[in-house]
Amino acid sequence: MFKSRTIVMGLLVALFGILVTACASATPAPQPTAAPVVTKVVETKVIEQTKVVEKVVTATPAPATPAPKAGSVLINGAGATFPFPLYSRWFYEYAFVDTAVRFNYQSIGSGGGIAQITAKTVDFGASDAILTADQYAKAPGIQMIPTVAGAIVPIYNIKGEDGKAITSAIKFPRTALADIYLGKIKKWNDPVLVQANPNIKLPNKDIVVVARSDGSGTTFAYTDYLSQVSAEWKEKVGQGTSVKWPTGLGGKGNEGVAGTVSQNDGAIGYVEFAYAKQNKLPYGAVQNKAGEYVTATVEAVQAAMADFGTNMGDKLALSIADAPGKNSWPIASYTYLLIYMDQTDCVKGKKVVEFINWGLSDAGAKFAKELDYVPLPATVQKAVMDKLSKVTCGGKPL
Amino acid sequence: MMIPNLAHYRRRKIINAIMLFLCGVAAFLAVVPLVWILLYVLQEGGQYLSLQFFTELPTPVGVPGGGVLNAIVGSAIVVGTACVFSIPIALVAAMYAAANPDKPLGIALRFATDVLSGVPSIVTGIFAYTIIVLPQKQFSAFAGGVALAIIMTPIVLRTTEEMLKLVPRYLREGSLALGASEWKTMLQVTMPAALNGIVTGIMLGIARAAGEAAPMIFTAFGNPFFSTNLDQPIATLPHMVYVYAISPYKDWHAKAWTTALVLVVLVLGLNIIARVVTTWQLKRMGWR
Amino acid sequence: MRRQATLNNEPQIFLLLVQMGAGTPTLPFGASERNPMSTMSLVKQQAAQSRLRALKQRLQHGDLLFRALVMLGALCILLLVIAIGYELWANSPLPREKFGWGFLTSREWNPVRQEFGAFPFIFGTLQTALMALLFALPISLGIAIFLAELAPLWLRQPLGFVIELLAAVPSVVYGLWGLFVYVPVFVRPTAQLFNSTLGFLPLFEGPVYGPSRLAAALILTIMILPTISAVSRDVLLAIPQSQREAALALGATRWEMIWQVLIPYGLSGLLGASILGLGRALGETMAVTMVIGNNLDLSSSLLHPGYTMASIIANEFAEATYELYIQSLIQIALVLFAVTLILNFLARLLVWRVARRVPTEVRA
Repeated sequence: MFKSRTIVMGLLVALFGILVTACASATPAPQPTAAPVVTKVVETKVIEQTKVVEKVVTATPAPATPAPKAGSVLINGAGATFPFPLYSRWFYEYAFVDTAVRFNYQSIGSGGGIAQITAKTVDFGASDAILTADQYAKAPGIQMIPTVAGAIVPIYNIKGEDGKAITSAIKFPRTALADIYLGKIKKWNDPVLVQANPNIKLPNKDIVVVARSDGSGTTFAYTDYLSQVSAEWKEKVGQGTSVKWPTGLGGKGNEGVAGTVSQNDGAIGYVEFAYAKQNKLPYGAVQNKAGEYVTATVEAVQAAMADFGTNMGDKLALSIADAPGKNSWPIASYTYLLIYMDQTDCVKGKKVVEFINWGLSDAGAKFAKELDYVPLPATVQKAVMDKLSKVTCGGKPL
Repeated sequence: MMIPNLAHYRRRKIINAIMLFLCGVAAFLAVVPLVWILLYVLQEGGQYLSLQFFTELPTPVGVPGGGVLNAIVGSAIVVGTACVFSIPIALVAAMYAAANPDKPLGIALRFATDVLSGVPSIVTGIFAYTIIVLPQKQFSAFAGGVALAIIMTPIVLRTTEEMLKLVPRYLREGSLALGASEWKTMLQVTMPAALNGIVTGIMLGIARAAGEAAPMIFTAFGNPFFSTNLDQPIATLPHMVYVYAISPYKDWHAKAWTTALVLVVLVLGLNIIARVVTTWQLKRMGWR
Repeated sequence: MRRQATLNNEPQIFLLLVQMGAGTPTLPFGASERNPMSTMSLVKQQAAQSRLRALKQRLQHGDLLFRALVMLGALCILLLVIAIGYELWANSPLPREKFGWGFLTSREWNPVRQEFGAFPFIFGTLQTALMALLFALPISLGIAIFLAELAPLWLRQPLGFVIELLAAVPSVVYGLWGLFVYVPVFVRPTAQLFNSTLGFLPLFEGPVYGPSRLAAALILTIMILPTISAVSRDVLLAIPQSQREAALALGATRWEMIWQVLIPYGLSGLLGASILGLGRALGETMAVTMVIGNNLDLSSSLLHPGYTMASIIANEFAEATYELYIQSLIQIALVLFAVTLILNFLARLLVWRVARRVPTEVRA
């Protein structure tokens, strides 16, 4: 009796599972069979302030990752979460370019990337944060390689006096964000904000501050910016992948911040630009050093990169926060790969360098733009490729 | 029949009815969040659930299709490794703890188990990282298995110990009286008597271990490709859920939920199989 | 005639005598060579001697090995825990050097200034875990009782599966579902209700955000329910039927039978289940991090955000970039270790005072 009941239960669950699968399959699912060529039709739609790039894939499906050739090498990397979607796309596309190598990248965080490459448990690292002197000392021969740049935007969730959500871009004067996060500006209808936003009726609500609770390169770039615009912030809080926020809630990851913001009326937070765009979150315009109010766009970030020029020095690491140009987005930062200038595994080292060169070329830049990342300007690209050509293996050039 | 104190009796009856009703309410309360979560997971992830999802490898952002085959196999391997390490040791130690509750080692063991059950999953990951990944300079499925074994062991141990202690004395004494040795009694009398509860413990342990993402970050590391190597990085289902969920892309969010659904269904399936096998074995040994 | 201890009628005494080296070789009292009973006694002696040999063999080849094996298993577990504790200790000397015991009472956690303290996290962990246990225990007990005693037979297995299914949901899913569904739909209105009615109490003072310690406690409740319920159910099911029948025969109502007979009988097992649940509550990382608000707030209000030890480790370990930082996080893990130990000790003390039972033992 016992046994038959269990069997019946099992059958019911199996039946349930089959029903669910059948129902789900009945809805138009992504392409089931593979074909050699993928054609993509990319449509651009402009919706209010956001430019949404929608990828519409026509009938032919995406090819499965090609089977690796015998003797192909697996290269492991770890680091920042910010460039992860881009890198994963690059690795996928590169598998068609060079079938003898597979890349495995895990986004465990900038600090994790630095730690793992220092311990040499991975073949390359990735970090949004610039290495400190201490970290250089612990990993002798490490080199930062900028790949792309990205922007961070302030997001908010406010219902106006009329009960409707404010979707237009709120303008934040230069030190406003710093003061909000310091707790000095407590209400949305603070005179500073009202003066900067004559067209928006800001309600008399408390500002609920939301920050990243987990350490991240996003926080590093954001606090870098805040330290540069506000001496008080620099003194009281400072800059880092993880800081002691004077006020507010902490959300884990971009989704934690976005989730917390969306649930609290009057909340403000900061997330990566790609995240805000993809999830259609309203984000604000910020006043840059030149006094202009700019919104985050690819061009604005490129202007910021151009402002700081090519003088990246030998370390190839540079902060591009609070750029002085007229059209520059002030909360931007590079993201870097970390490799040793002298590789121990010649095969892997060669593959890594070849890959980075491919990523920095037009082929890689195409995917970067598609996924809302900002490719390097030509001058920086040249400097980086120069550096890459100097990578050696056991003292000998690759 | 004369009831001596009618008012008192009535009160007892009322209390009886209320408390039993509350127990039913409690059971209902337990079902509500489960159904809620499952419905939500289905709703969010249902669109990607298809045969393709079970048989293909993951694709990056912007490339449609893809599945979690490598994570399913990876989870099976890592959890299997964890079981191989944790179940024997947990069962054996539980036998000791049940037999020697008053000895110093028994008391220390019980404390140790309780402390072990309170270790955060990320700390077990860091521990496995320190003792396996760092010396080998290599992330591996093996390290992941060890981390999960540390998480599983206290659950299995504690449950087994309690179940063994509840086996009635007369069963054990009867077996001993018939001349069976200690180990024979333990293995062929006491354990089968407690088998249902022990299987519960093992299932709870596996369910917990299969769903932990944090230890995987520093041990199994993750792998977008198919791998069955114990000494290479490997993908696991909860880790995939985590990676998909924290990305900015809506289709990856949906995939996160679908992966979660796959995980839950697989663990449930395992649970059912275990129960069926247990009942069959007990019947075979003459216990039912 | 003196009844001699033999293997059959008094095994313990017989074995004791054997071990003491006395017992078998002596003639029974009152017997002698010329006594007609002596032949039988001689036969009995020889039988006893061969039984002794057989027993010695068994001890030598079976049970001794078995006992050694189980002790080895127990030692392994003990060694594992000591190893973890040792690793945590050995990898965190810097914060002890720099802060000493002040680490436990300091409220500062500033990675930029390099000042670390564990107090807010200890407070948050204790508050959320104990609250979760407080909420979960009665519900789990109710579920266990329902499953073991009250549910109709056809409902038991499916409902049991449903409960165990809750344990199979990954903690990441709990975190995400918690943040996006549970908190706005259930926790927040509940918190607002408490705030509007009992807001004058410091325990319920606002402002009300969604993520809060109450949210963490409520989601932990759901997460530890299956563990405590499933094990408690098995404990109750394992109690011999004779106990139930005896209670009912004496005129107890169903509830009285459960409450006054079954629960005390199974108290050790129920305690074990609760400790497992508490362990999970103390160590749960992902789900708590998503819904607790991650703020170093130290007010006593349940509705304010908080921070737990597991959360800070999960949040910051991957990004900790310098030694003092990493080691402070490891120190926090060590503190959690110690807190678990102390809590377990207190729980055991409490139950011992309440139950005053000699623990039942299993003699294999």
